[in-house]
Amino acid sequence: MADELKTTKPAFKPAAVKPAVRPSTQPETRDEEPETGYTWRDFQSDQDVRWCPGCGDYAILKTVQRVLAEIGRPPHEHVFVSGIGCSSRFPYYVSTYGMHTIHGRATAVATGLKVVRPDLAVWVITGDGDGLSIGGNHMLHILRRNVDVQILLFNNQIYGLTKGQFSPTSEFGKITKSSPYGSADWPVNPAAFALGAGATFIARGMDRDPNHLATVIRRAYEHRGAAFVEIYQNCNVFNDGAFFVFTEKETKPQAALFVEHGKPMVFGANRDKGIRLDGLKPVVVDLTDGKWSVDDLLVHDETDETIAFLLTRMFDDPRHLELPRPFGVIRAVQRPTFDEVMRQQIERTIEARGPGDLRTLLFSGETWTVM
Amino acid sequence: MARSDVRIVELPEVTVRIAGDSGDGMQLTGSQFTSVTALVGNDLSTLPDFPAEIRAPAGTTYGVSAFQIRFASSDILTPGDECDALVAMNPAALKTNIARLRKGGILIVNEDAFTERDLQLAGYTGNPLEDGSLSEYELYRVPITRLTQEALAELKLPFKVVERSKNMFALGLLLWLYDRPMDYTIRWLEQRFAKQPDILEANLRALRAGYHYGDTVEAFSTRYRVAPAKLPPGTYRNITGNQATALGLIAASQRAGLELFYGSYPITPASDVLHELAKYKHFRVFTFQAEDEIAAVTAVIGAAYGGKLAVTGTSGPGLALKTEAIGLGVMLELPLVILDIQRAGPSTGMPTKTEQADLLQAMFGRNGEAPVPIVAPATPGECFWMVLEACRIALKYMTPVFFLSDGYLANGSEPWRIPEPEELPDLRVRFATEPNANGRFLPYKRDPDTLARPWALPGTPGLMHRIGGLEKQHETGNVSYDPDNHDFMVRLRAEKIQRIAEDIPPAELEGDPEARLLVVGWGSTYGAIKTAVQRLRQKGYKVAQVHLRYLNPFPKNLGEILTRFERILVPEINLGQLVRLLRDRYLVPAEGYNRVRGLPFTAAELEARMQDILTEGNGHPEGN
Ligand code: SF4
Repeated sequence: MADELKTTKPAFKPAAVKPAVRPSTQPETRDEEPETGYTWRDFQSDQDVRWCPGCGDYAILKTVQRVLAEIGRPPHEHVFVSGIGCSSRFPYYVSTYGMHTIHGRATAVATGLKVVRPDLAVWVITGDGDGLSIGGNHMLHILRRNVDVQILLFNNQIYGLTKGQFSPTSEFGKITKSSPYGSADWPVNPAAFALGAGATFIARGMDRDPNHLATVIRRAYEHRGAAFVEIYQNCNVFNDGAFFVFTEKETKPQAALFVEHGKPMVFGANRDKGIRLDGLKPVVVDLTDGKWSVDDLLVHDETDETIAFLLTRMFDDPRHLELPRPFGVIRAVQRPTFDEVMRQQIERTIEARGPGDLRTLLFSGETWTVM
Repeated sequence: MARSDVRIVELPEVTVRIAGDSGDGMQLTGSQFTSVTALVGNDLSTLPDFPAEIRAPAGTTYGVSAFQIRFASSDILTPGDECDALVAMNPAALKTNIARLRKGGILIVNEDAFTERDLQLAGYTGNPLEDGSLSEYELYRVPITRLTQEALAELKLPFKVVERSKNMFALGLLLWLYDRPMDYTIRWLEQRFAKQPDILEANLRALRAGYHYGDTVEAFSTRYRVAPAKLPPGTYRNITGNQATALGLIAASQRAGLELFYGSYPITPASDVLHELAKYKHFRVFTFQAEDEIAAVTAVIGAAYGGKLAVTGTSGPGLALKTEAIGLGVMLELPLVILDIQRAGPSTGMPTKTEQADLLQAMFGRNGEAPVPIVAPATPGECFWMVLEACRIALKYMTPVFFLSDGYLANGSEPWRIPEPEELPDLRVRFATEPNANGRFLPYKRDPDTLARPWALPGTPGLMHRIGGLEKQHETGNVSYDPDNHDFMVRLRAEKIQRIAEDIPPAELEGDPEARLLVVGWGSTYGAIKTAVQRLRQKGYKVAQVHLRYLNPFPKNLGEILTRFERILVPEINLGQLVRLLRDRYLVPAEGYNRVRGLPFTAAELEARMQDILTEGNGHPEGN
């Protein structure tokens, strides 16, 4: 099995990328106490965490707990709703309210909850299988409706809980137990899917960069509307190294483009490369050969539909990367949220008609009296 | 100027059926005739019968839409087996409905629609108006199209508007024939078309033309009058099952003091509940038209978790999709109500036709041991009361509850005595606010009587907990794979549902307690069974009847009742579902009477079957 697994790894996976110390158990994060009076430990539940040792989920959990402490809302005001899969065990491990629902439906459960309880911070924890395969339909609809929740999609490009079948984000031709001759499925591009669905907030982060991930999650929390955050997460048991080209320091500078609103798109080990628009096509330019300067580069604008389109489309196969993969907040725009519109309709109808009276309702229409 | 030569005949009851193209407005005509009939004080029962196609090709038999109403001066329970009068707006309507008209019945046809082409479309080779095949009926050939055109001629309206006014002509004629006033319909039209004066005028003229046609043309020599019924005192309105269901949900939400969240995906014949509820935002009703059936039920689970009265509505195919989520509801032990307005299956089946074939799906259609209480209304008006019961049980026992209605109840109507809000059960709930175990909160620590777990809402300080579909440890709710714990929890969840039997009314025996035959039914067959039983008892036979409104758990006294009878007949519009449950549970030799034609039973067929059983051997009524 080990041999089989190797064939699924990126062709140019850097050697010796596995840190000696598992990032999952000891993520390199600033651990100072936030000023809110909460620490990440206040968001730790009493349950034993049962992911495989070394799983990227540990780092994400810790990052979320940290962000929750920074946000400073009391734990009882947060609800984590998940579906089924490794990542969906997440709610058991945070000391807030939580619901571990059924496969693919966390987004729908969260919609019902948020509509009736706008006072709560509702988080959806899902994975590539849960959120884009069995739950793809509900993902489409929660995004287009713009329900005010944070959706953290842990993408590990594999089915972990069922022990290693290809997922809708697995690369074409992936060899797994259920695809010994290579999968015939073309992978979905999660960010482009979200954009197509009309998402008002799209971001990408990675388990191995907790500080960056924390900023992205914080932004997602602050966004009013459905915030879609794709998180690259290493499944070290069934799909080890799927994202190493983006996450490990040997290749990360060339492979990952960290975008920031209002800043030119620069990347590279010495920040020596940039993205320029050549007609309608983004291309990589060298900032050292004197031909191009930072002023020629594309400047990120989170509110610009076209830039969102270009960035989500920068989705080259990591084995043949021409354009780097963008990370950070790709899109953030405002649109009325579903829950808010639903409530407004109720409040406005009450304003216009007065609160409903049961007796009047029962006795409405054509009635007659029998003595 | 009324004719003096017209006789008025008093009748105890009348059944009228009007049939035409689905574009002819037959349902509207029927429901308007029903409203007038309700207002003059008759008891009544209606049966709309429409095709699944929204607009099937005009003139074809599968595009025929019909509406039947039975009204009486006494208590009635069904829309009638046979009709006393049939209005057929075209040959296809005649062809598909004539079998329901009793011999000697009144047959009014729109003679203008009997052109060669229309006859062909309906599959007639000759013209039934000419070939003597209708000689057994009292046939009236009325040129409805031409007379409507003439009445509207001055208005110079487009042909389509004139065509669409024909139904008002037919309504006018019926109002005259059955001696009902026109003024109520006039007021209704004025309201409906307040913003379209042309259409209003066209409808009014057609209505009056139809009424005056009866009054002036000498074709009709008799008018019929049905005196008001002596219903129990009270204020009444005519109500369909789906309207009653929607009202019941709003009433439940008001009595519980909880906002109502109704999640649903459009499906025949349940959509009207969604439409109805969507109007009542000022009652703090959230209607969520979900992307699919699964999202509808799971969003409802989210709303229940958030502390609302959470309800989803669907029909059989939709229920199949909701199955897994209902199992989650069982595991989470959250209150939710699932409306299943049953229709003919399997699969897409016959969406607009009625059936009772989802009982076993409601009872067993989930993975694992996942018991869910089931209630079922027996009449359209009872939908109000039984949906309140479904909400009461859900809230009190923290469980999903099924409400099984069907297409016949949903669209059928009857006069409904309106209750005062104070007559309704108090459904107020208590949310958990404090830890319940030495400073800790255990989400699955149960009420010792009901076995219900506490309902702790997210947002409550100090009660943070996690729930989910994985098996839980007793009391703590923590995930547990312990074998004995699982066995214990499966039994505990079953026990909780069984205990509801302590909290529901006993089954009520109607008819002769000392009879040899007991007829057991559930749901919409009540009227037909009861009518058949009444007729047999009038003939001197002894028969008893039990109609079940609670199907899981059964009323506590049911077993004792069943064992008192030698023969048990269980009529159902399925191939025998309740009968299986009864045999299984009580080991009684119950036998089924089953027809799955997409139609309600007729009282006559049930009467015949019961009489067969009662006369087996001697051919005489017992006791005579
Ligand atoms: S199988 Fe993979 S994703 Fe699942 S817990 Fe183990 S390492 Fe993590």
